[in-house]
Amino acid sequence: MVEALFWPVLLGYGEAAVAYASPRTSRAATWGVRVGWLAQTALLVAQARRSDGFPWATFAGSLNLFVWLVVTTYLIWGCRPRFRLLGLGVMPPAALLFVVARLGGGFGDGAGSHYPNLFLVLHVGFVLAAFAGFTLAAGLAGLYLWEERRLKRRSPDILRLRVPPLQALERLTQRTIVLSLPLLTLGLAAGLVRLRQQGDSTDPLEWLTVGTWFLYGGFLVARPVGRRAAYVALLGFALVVVSRLALAGGHFA
Amino acid sequence: MTEIALVGLSHHVAPVELRERVALDADQAAMLARSLGSAVCLSTCNRTEVYLESGHEDDAAAALIALAGEPLDDVLYRLHDDDAALHLFRVAAGLDSLVPGEGEILGQVRGAFEAAEPGPLLDRVFRQALALGKRVRSETAIGESPASVPSAAAALASQVFGDLEGRRVLLVGAGRSGERAASNLASRGAVIAYVANRSIDAARGLAARFGGEGVPLASPAEALADVDVVVSSTGAPGFVLRPEDVPAKRHRPLFFIDIAVPRDLDPAIAALDGCFLYDIDDLEAVVAETLAGRRVEAERAEALAADEVERFRSWRASLDVVPAIASLRARAEEIRVAELAKLGGRVTDDERAKLDSVTAQIVGKLLHLPTVRMKEAAVGPDGVLYADAVRHLFGLDEEER
Repeated sequence: MVEALFWPVLLGYGEAAVAYASPRTSRAATWGVRVGWLAQTALLVAQARRSDGFPWATFAGSLNLFVWLVVTTYLIWGCRPRFRLLGLGVMPPAALLFVVARLGGGFGDGAGSHYPNLFLVLHVGFVLAAFAGFTLAAGLAGLYLWEERRLKRRSPDILRLRVPPLQALERLTQRTIVLSLPLLTLGLAAGLVRLRQQGDSTDPLEWLTVGTWFLYGGFLVARPVGRRAAYVALLGFALVVVSRLALAGGHFA
Repeated sequence: MTEIALVGLSHHVAPVELRERVALDADQAAMLARSLGSAVCLSTCNRTEVYLESGHEDDAAAALIALAGEPLDDVLYRLHDDDAALHLFRVAAGLDSLVPGEGEILGQVRGAFEAAEPGPLLDRVFRQALALGKRVRSETAIGESPASVPSAAAALASQVFGDLEGRRVLLVGAGRSGERAASNLASRGAVIAYVANRSIDAARGLAARFGGEGVPLASPAEALADVDVVVSSTGAPGFVLRPEDVPAKRHRPLFFIDIAVPRDLDPAIAALDGCFLYDIDDLEAVVAETLAGRRVEAERAEALAADEVERFRSWRASLDVVPAIASLRARAEEIRVAELAKLGGRVTDDERAKLDSVTAQIVGKLLHLPTVRMKEAAVGPDGVLYADAVRHLFGLDEEER
């Protein structure tokens, strides 16, 4: 069942990744995202039912869940025509990461983790949900910088390729970070409590995630605007990418 | 057979001096349409056209000639049936407009249609035209792009701020072109907060019309801290605003529109963080580019209009077989009722009701396919032959006689 759902998901996300390239096929792309997301939801449900524990505690498993969370966040408001370019930024990596998750064995039942399920749900679930939000915020920030550059350069075709207004992009970036940071806080708190209970020492990934928390926390306190806000959101995303890569180093081992 | 005819003139063939003589306001246009029977009169600044179903084509032409006060042989066009329908579809879609895709025409077509008393044929073709107009605007991007410098300026401001509702504007200079740009912004909800001009009286006069405040030209920089958009169009020989006039600590973008020649705003302003500056050349380049985009979209809209004409043609053709279908159904119903009546009192009321229902279903199912086939065949050249064959086979003509 889980393996059989791989292809519908890939087909949906893959179609969206290609179809977002043209305004004329962007509606078909949106349907691709929706179909792919439904199939991946079914895949995750099937994985959860098959597993005795938390099936996304491995690097590849967490990647699978991460892709779903990113696409979910995107689906909430990103499917409007003006956000087509955001879809073009989000869906190709989502499709690629989904394939990587499968090749890495992310569709297994995750058996063998010595962590309690509740901890994994709180820690992995919240941290990944926050990372998904930060990923989308970075996509919005990238779109902001691109559009701002076009406006500054006074491109004659500025109105032919419609993207959301600059202030809407800035506002959405900020809101996405506002919603994501509490999730990261909860996920981090769950991890730190567990760490203290076990008497383990912190690993570099944990320090990196704490650093990410401070960066986004600083963003919310300082509330930068314009280009500066976009650069901070992108810097935070760079830390998220490094964290994701560090996760492959065996954080759950 | 009833036909649609169109008599009229437009910007394609008639100069403005002539068009303004035959232009009618909404009441006059409705009155002319009613005087011609089943007709619709569409009169805008770019066209005066009379769509007729009643055959008063020459009367309509005479009315227009009377309005013009001169013969209109060279400019008056007459179109019939599918050609007239296609013309109306193109008009409603904005394809026949001076600026392709302009949206005002659809409302004008609706107004003309609602003010008239059209017959069934005109009713159908106008409803199709209105639906097509909406479809073209929703399925193509023909009406999305601005077609003039003021509307391009407003669209660019929207690209920065989104909704312009409540955005504050500083208008520098009380000239006509600046006023037009400010009006366009105001029509989108922006507030003309300040008007700065060399003559403070002119500034106050213009500001009063927009509900803003007039300030001397020497102090526009002070107003910059309080506005989102600056529109400048003075006749000043040098720059009116320089980068040092722009407040350094701002928490929102500033959008500058410079439509003056020579320019009023120092181009170095564009380099400031959060500042966007468009001069007249930039705006004209944007308009040229968007008009090119409109032409591409117009091709898609033309295809939609051609499809609509096909649908209209099919519908018209189906009308030819409607009498035969109606006669056939009436004949079948007559036989069914007569045969049921022969049962007399041999069946109970309950059984009669069941028989009535079953026979009605049988007749309905038997006639369904021939009805569909006749309507399909009606579109083709031998559609009438089908109708004649049905009349002959079922003796419908004899019965009618």
